Parts: sequence; structure tokens; C-alpha cells
Amino acid sequence: MKQVLLGNFAVARAVALARVDVISAYPITPQTLIVEELSEMCARGDCGAKFIKVESEHSALACCMGASAAGARTFTATSSHGLLLMHEMIHWSAGARTPIVMVNVNRAIAPPWNLWSEQTDSLSQRDTGWIQLYCENNQEVLDTTLHAYRIAEQLRVPVMLVMDAFILSHTSEVVDVPDIAQVDRFLPPYNPEVKLDPADPHSFGSITGGAEYQELKRIRHEAILRARDVALEVDSEFDAIFGRKYGIVQPYRCDDAELILLTSGTTAGTARIAVDALREEGVAAGTLKVRLFRPFPAHAIAEGVGDAPKVAVIDRNVSLGAGGIFAQELKAAFYDMDRRPEIIGIVSGLGGGDFTPEAIARIAHNAASAKGRRGEAVWEAL
Amino acid sequence: MNVTVEQEFVCRGHVACPGCGAVLAMRYVLDVLGKKTIVVLPACCWSVINNRYPTAAVKVPLFHTAFETAACVATGVRAALDMKGDNDTHVLAWAGDGGTFDIGLQALSGAAERNDDIIYVCYDNEAYMNTGIQRSSSTPFGAWTTTTPAKTFKTKQKKNIMDIMAAHRIPYAATATIAYPEDLMNKVRYAAGIRGTRFLHIFCPCPTGWKTAPDITVELSRNAVRARAFPLYEVFDGTRYRLTHEPAQEDRMPIAEYIKPQRRFAHLTEAEIQVMQDHADEEWGRLMKVTETWPAG
Ligand SMILES: Cc1ncc(C[n+]2csc(CCOP(=O)(O)OP(=O)(O)O)c2C)c(N)n1
Ligand SMILES: [Mg+2]
Repeated sequence: MKQVLLGNFAVARAVALARVDVISAYPITPQTLIVEELSEMCARGDCGAKFIKVESEHSALACCMGASAAGARTFTATSSHGLLLMHEMIHWSAGARTPIVMVNVNRAIAPPWNLWSEQTDSLSQRDTGWIQLYCENNQEVLDTTLHAYRIAEQLRVPVMLVMDAFILSHTSEVVDVPDIAQVDRFLPPYNPEVKLDPADPHSFGSITGGAEYQELKRIRHEAILRARDVALEVDSEFDAIFGRKYGIVQPYRCDDAELILLTSGTTAGTARIAVDALREEGVAAGTLKVRLFRPFPAHAIAEGVGDAPKVAVIDRNVSLGAGGIFAQELKAAFYDMDRRPEIIGIVSGLGGGDFTPEAIARIAHNAASAKGRRGEAVWEAL
Repeated sequence: MNVTVEQEFVCRGHVACPGCGAVLAMRYVLDVLGKKTIVVLPACCWSVINNRYPTAAVKVPLFHTAFETAACVATGVRAALDMKGDNDTHVLAWAGDGGTFDIGLQALSGAAERNDDIIYVCYDNEAYMNTGIQRSSSTPFGAWTTTTPAKTFKTKQKKNIMDIMAAHRIPYAATATIAYPEDLMNKVRYAAGIRGTRFLHIFCPCPTGWKTAPDITVELSRNAVRARAFPLYEVFDGTRYRLTHEPAQEDRMPIAEYIKPQRRFAHLTEAEIQVMQDHADEEWGRLMKVTETWPAG
């Protein structure tokens, strides 16, 4: 049924549709409405989960981990400082192979205080062993939440769904909310083979030496790498039932492009409008949205980029002293490829700011006229 | 209670130091709780005691977790069991004094305020032993630790965790120690029979950290009660108190005698020992007052 929903409410609907058993979360702007709406839905009986209102994000994720280890399907959501407070448990829950799904509503990190969109929070968790999926609109948010459970539970790797602060979280869009019976066909109940069970007692997480430790890490690494294929399989199955498909990257007018703008999240949609305008001006631009981050979909991106000589990466995030994080990943990915385009890293939109079509077109023009390979990120004000 | 070795849930092959009080504590608690128990274990000596992968010293499911998360992980496990309709498996959070009094206090307070249905045991050896005997807020006045060298020994009294837990008005909080196993097991049995947050503070001498002979652990545990350094009592709903063991007059022991075999106190002057004595007397007096004023039925 089509409904007009804020991004945060689309998340809440998806959690109910996924028949999550245990929710544990702590409020923080701009995620708060997820927590509030789920509380309402649980109170009304529209969501069957047990919602544990913990005293911190650290405990929220720890609680999800305990529940997941005991065989429950779990959910949490946070932003920015909440995510950073969770950091230890982000590692731990991944190491414990608990397939938790978390939504992170991207928000800039203080100081100074800033509530607006920036991806540095989630991207700074890139080495924790979580799969990350970046969403562009509220429909994608709802659908991807459902995908996330399939991917997480199949691989026993937790999944973080990332959405832009306010631009999605607090913006209403028409969302096709699927029927729960259809969702049941797509997402079967969670029944892990291994869990905390008195009938089959084991100790989980006991001390190991380096050899076993490294082997366990390698196994996790392999599992995460499989996420590229699994995400595509899940996407196809979802498409077969619901008629919507996302892929792990989304190229737009890339085929004959001279300049490709690499984007993620909501910037992708605006970049398509900018590309159309640039094409009218005679600039052969295209854009490629990256939906899956960790594992980085290097080959899918390379395929999308094709013969284009130049890629400009728009990073609404920064690793200080290194530059934009998508740009770094892209450069690392292309190093081993036969065809290597010029890659220009653009850091822009930190702490909010609107990527209007005009702003993106301006960024594209600057990138198009930039000469030579550059190591340093270009900082563009909005 | 008669239990054969085969019936124990802590088996041989654990790697505790000789004379470790915390092993006995786990044994007694699991003797009562039995097979249908899931242990949540934050960083502490027991993370090592349980032994390396692929062995395990406890015969029930055990989940290792981060230092400050015993209570909230236990809450999560409980929630999962509830959702599956399993309400007879016990969820036991098992943390040291550091994981309880210090770094895990926030999560514990959260669980207690929500009255989450878990049994939380703090086994108290009065310091961070796993990392090599550093002070915790449970370390008593006067003690040497590696972060409170004898010259600048700990000058703050031990934090009263029972008062803090009682202030949460949880259904049950009790102290216990390994020298009084019947008392300890009775308390576990009572806790196992009710719901909500149940807190057990179990005093566990540590030969390595206290610089004592490994064969006097139980004696030290008994002497702590005799010297009124560690009174045995229970608190119901955070408001009604009962003393479960009052040392008889002839059993009473001065603090000086209790601490004598513990080389962690070897540097103390008589005046400093008197400070410990005065503190113990004062705390005991206070406990007497509350048990008289608010007795448990
Ligand atoms: C966040 C974090 N900080 C520090 C440590 C290091 N650490 C592990 S166990 C421990 C002390 C544990 O003390 P306690 O809870 O009293 O248990 P005990 O070792 O005495 O049995 C410390 C400091 C850790 N594992 N995690
Ligand atoms: Mg300790």
C-alpha cells in the first residue's frame, strides 16, 4: 500500500515487516523518530518486537548482540555520537557473528555541534567487519532494511544501513509499503544453527592464540567478500516478488561519459539531474551511485566506469589528513585494474549543506577542467 | 546439598590460580542454578579461568563479552528467550568488581532500573586482578595494589555497591561468600525462584592479588565475616533488610587480625588499621540500624 512516509518511519515499518524479535535503541537526533515510532508501534501491537529501552547506545548494541546470540532477530538504530559510542560493540558483534541490522542516520560529529548530514560517522566504522549499504530514497530505505536481514543472516555478518540526516530521515516521500505476507515469502524466520542453548552448551568467544584468531578473521573476511554476490541475489529475489531492483552500484549515462561523478546516498538523485543538465550543455557527464560499501564493489564500479577517462568522487565525509573516504577506496580499487581513470577526490557538504543540481554541476565543471593526476582532495564549499 | 563431581557444572581443567575464590563461587552458584543456565561473561579473571578455545571449564553455554556489558548482554539474552517462550532458563551475568562497581555500573544500573529479569553476580576480589592487581572502587582503604603503591596506598573506602543496588529497589540483593556455602546457595535458590533483577555480591579472596597463601582462601572469607568487614545480609525490594549470619561474640575478630595474613596491608601503621576498624564498626552500626528499622518480614 502506498503511503507518505518520512525516512525514519519507513525504517520503522520495515522493522515491523521483518518480524524483528528484539529492538534495543537509544535516542539521538536525527534518528530519534525511529525510536519513537517503533515505541508507538510496539505499544499499538503493530510491531511484535520486545523493545528494550536501554541507557546508552553502547548497551543498545550489546543488548542486540546478546539477543542475537540467543537466536533472536534484532534491530537498533543510531546516529553520529551514538554510533561512535557503540564502536567497541560494533567490532564485538561482528566478531561474535551476530547478524544484527542497524540503521545509521548519518550526522556530523562534534565539536562543533552539528546535526546535519555527513558520512564520516559510518565510514569511520569501515574496519569493524560490518557490511554497509547506503540508501538514496525512502523506498530504498524500507526495501534495503528487508534486504539487510537476508544478507546478514545468510552470511552471519551484521549490516548497517546508512541514510542521510534530514534529507531522508525527516523528508516525506511516497513509499510502497509491502504486504507482510509477501515479506514473509522473502524473509523467512531467523533460525540459526548455532546459538546460546542449554541443550547444546558451548563457550563463545574464548581465548585463542594467533593462528586460530587469524583464521577466524580470514573466515569473516571471506564472508564479507561474499556480500557482493549475496546482495545481488537478494536484490533479484526481492525484484521477483516486489518489482524493485537496486543493484550494488547504479550507473547513469556512463556509457560514453568523459567525466563520471561517483556519489552515494541522496546525492545520487541530484547528480542525475545535474548530469542531464551537463549533457544539454554538451559536457559528456555520467554518474555512478555506490550502494554497497564494505565490501567495496570494485569490479562493479570499474564496469560502470568503463572507458571514462575521469572520475570525480563526491565525498560528504573526510578522513582528515587523507581526504574523502570513497575516493581513497576507489583509488585503492583501481590500482590493480588495467584501465585506470584519473580520479579526483572532492570533499564537500560536510556538516550539511545542500547538493543542489547547480552545485553539483559547478563541482563537475571544476573537475572537468582540472588537469593532471592529483593526490590531494579538492575542497568545494556549497 | 550433595553433589558428585559428575554433577558439577564447573569441571577440572580451569586455569585459575591456586586458591582462587572465584572458582568456588561459580561452582556453588551453578550447583543451584543447574543445566538450564546461560552465563554472560565480561572481561575479568573468569574470561581466562574458563580456559582457551576449544576447551571450557563450565558445562553451560557461556558468552564472552566486553568489560562493561554484562548486564545489557544478559538483558538481550533474556529478551530472546522470552520471545521464544523459554522462561525457565536462567540468565546469569557474572562480573568482577571492576566490571560491576566501575566500568559496568551504568549498564547494571540501566538493567536494574528496568528490573530486567536476570541474575547478576558480582564476584568481588577487591581489585582488577586479571590485568595484574590494579585498584578498583571496591578496593578497601589501606590496600596496596599496583596502581596504589604502598607509599600511596588507597585512601578511599570501598564503595558500597549494595546500597547502590538497593537504591534501585530491585526485588533482591544479597551478599554472600564462599566460606558459607549453605548461606550462599540459599540465596541463589531464593534468587532463582523469583523474577526481576537479582543481585548477588559474592566476596572472593584472591591469593595472588592479596598476597596470601593459597590454602587460606576459605579462612579469609570466613574471617572477613567474623571481622564484620563483609557482613552477610539480604535486601528485599531495596527496602527490607535481613542479616543472615551474625558472628557470635566468641567468633568476633578485630580487623587487624583479619588483615594480618594479607600482605597487601603489610605497610599499614596501627593508626591506619584503626581507620579500617572504625569504618567497619560504623558500617556495621549502620547495617544494624537499617535491619532493625526496616526488617524483612
Ligand atoms: C574497555 C576495557 N577496558 C579495559 C580492559 C582491560 N581489563 C580486562 S579485565 C580488567 C579488570 C577486571 O577486573 P574485575 O572486574 O575486578 O575482575 P577480576 O579480573 O578481578 O576478576 C581490565 C581492566 C578491557 N578488557 N576492556
Ligand atoms: Mg576484581
